[in-house]
Amino acid sequence: MPEPKDGGSSLDLRRPKIEARDVWKIYDTASGPVTAVENFTLDVADGEFVCIVGPSGCGKSTFLRMLAGLDTHSAGDILIRRGADPRKPLNSVVFQEYAVFPWKTVVENVAFGLQMRGVGKSERLETAHYWLERVGLRKFAHYYPSQISGGMKQRVSIVRALANDPEVLLMDEPLGALDAQTRIVLQDELLRIWEETRKTVVYITHSLDEAILLGDRVILMTAHPGRLLTTFPIGIARPRTVETLNTPEFAELRGAIWHQLAREVSRAMEMQT
Amino acid sequence: MSEVRNIDAPTPPVLPKRPVERGAPLAKELAIVAAAVVAWNGGLVLLSLWRPLWWAALPGDFALLVIAAERIGRCVSLAWRRVYERSLALGFPVLALIAWQLVVDAGILNPLWFPQPTRIAAALWDVTVHYDRFSETSLLGRPWLIPSRFESDGWSGVWTLFAESHVWATLSRVGIGFVIGAIPGILLGVIMGVNRTVRLMLDTTLSAIYVLPKIAIFPIVMLVFADPFGEGPKIAVVALSVFFLMAINTMAGVRDIDPVFLMAGRNYGARGYALLWHVILPAALPVIFAGLRLALGTALIVIISIEFLRAKQGVGYMTFYYWEVLNPEKMYAGLVVVMILGVILTYGLQWLQRRLMPWER
Repeated sequence: MPEPKDGGSSLDLRRPKIEARDVWKIYDTASGPVTAVENFTLDVADGEFVCIVGPSGCGKSTFLRMLAGLDTHSAGDILIRRGADPRKPLNSVVFQEYAVFPWKTVVENVAFGLQMRGVGKSERLETAHYWLERVGLRKFAHYYPSQISGGMKQRVSIVRALANDPEVLLMDEPLGALDAQTRIVLQDELLRIWEETRKTVVYITHSLDEAILLGDRVILMTAHPGRLLTTFPIGIARPRTVETLNTPEFAELRGAIWHQLAREVSRAMEMQT
Repeated sequence: MSEVRNIDAPTPPVLPKRPVERGAPLAKELAIVAAAVVAWNGGLVLLSLWRPLWWAALPGDFALLVIAAERIGRCVSLAWRRVYERSLALGFPVLALIAWQLVVDAGILNPLWFPQPTRIAAALWDVTVHYDRFSETSLLGRPWLIPSRFESDGWSGVWTLFAESHVWATLSRVGIGFVIGAIPGILLGVIMGVNRTVRLMLDTTLSAIYVLPKIAIFPIVMLVFADPFGEGPKIAVVALSVFFLMAINTMAGVRDIDPVFLMAGRNYGARGYALLWHVILPAALPVIFAGLRLALGTALIVIISIEFLRAKQGVGYMTFYYWEVLNPEKMYAGLVVVMILGVILTYGLQWLQRRLMPWER
């Protein structure tokens, strides 16, 4: 039995939802092999929200794609445990560039995963409309993505994943391309929806604030090669909202993480030189 | 009920209906331009230089026309903007035709090689309404005879009218050839875009055949068919030229698809045929339609050249026939018909594109 890595979380890590063990990603290039992800181990409990933070190009997106099965890993094991319902898809990804299909209407996009799994038309449209209602996009159901704003597109991308009802939700910097205000609004919406669904989430971001606000655990990665630096349990009580950003508790925690982070980063840099 | 008025709301300034004029008033400037036109042409005429230098005089007039139109454009209100732009787009060709007419009327250009637009129009009318007994053809197939022929001979009577039409012959060759070339071309292009092995094996060969002028393989294609002078080889050459172009274009379109769409499709469970239908084809559709536009132009070029070479019917045949019998008005009429066909087919393709790609508006 693997030892749970963090003691702060109350979540059950004895039978994790996601088990990634000693995962490597090595690219073969003309100038020799390049290591993108080095010996990465991560367990995520059922219903846990894990945030991975790291500088751009640190391999966090690569790791997420390997979790999603969209990229192969060079070594190690990746396991996502199925729940009771075998028809559920293992994972659904929310991509940074939205990846909402421009040739499908908003509601067709949201119903896409269900359609591919053979869910009947009326049932999948009902589900899609339900989710659009929840993010306030009911009126835009029959619009094409080119007719709505970036924030709306990312909402569509998020509910496309949720409507698919996957075992785990994998989010690759979903708010990275949005402006600051829209980002805050969507963080709030994400918190509200997650509070209601309690999905298992792996969330990639380069914003430490966002990671602390959303996550049960924040995992820091280093770059070149991408490897796990440290893990911080986030003990801030739920439900959280964007107001949480203004609490002394949040500020204190962020200060502590920054302090430790600075030490870790400089140590990592010394190790490299 | 008392009227509530928000005193903080600023009243927007009233914008002028038409742009503020700068410089001299419109009438005065137009008068100056008109005077310049008179001075330019009159001066050349007085010096007896207009006739020998007509090719330089007309561009000078064109430049003055541009100045006048721009001056008018500066005080056109927003409501009339579209009308103004339309009249520029349609007015210029009309003016060009008038200039052509006048230059030939004045005897500067030989009317035998450059018949006046009015005579070309008359010739176009002539070939439309008259049946050519020698070649047993007419331009449109005399559609006004359809009711009487239907009464006497039924559908076969109507068909004989279609069968005598130059436009119908050309359109059916282009249409059939286009469809049986484009559909397999698009399919092969998708396969080449998706499958690396097929692409590596075929890309060089297809590129080599693509640049080959298709008219050059017409003799070989004729030999392949049982009836070398029938419709088969003509349609086949159109189909071949469309096929290679569409295969290469579609392959480029499929290769150009943003990989994130393919990843999203796969992640949400699309495999094989579903991935093709829901992701790959719609994502490549803009490039496919750009290819169809090109292919349409190529198909027209190919069919007109083949009809020049070897046909007893078709708009290309008609054009070449009237050149051979030295009837330039009717030859020009044939060229006009080719242009009209090209415009109509392009509009048809654009209509299809709007129907199939409603998201790109």
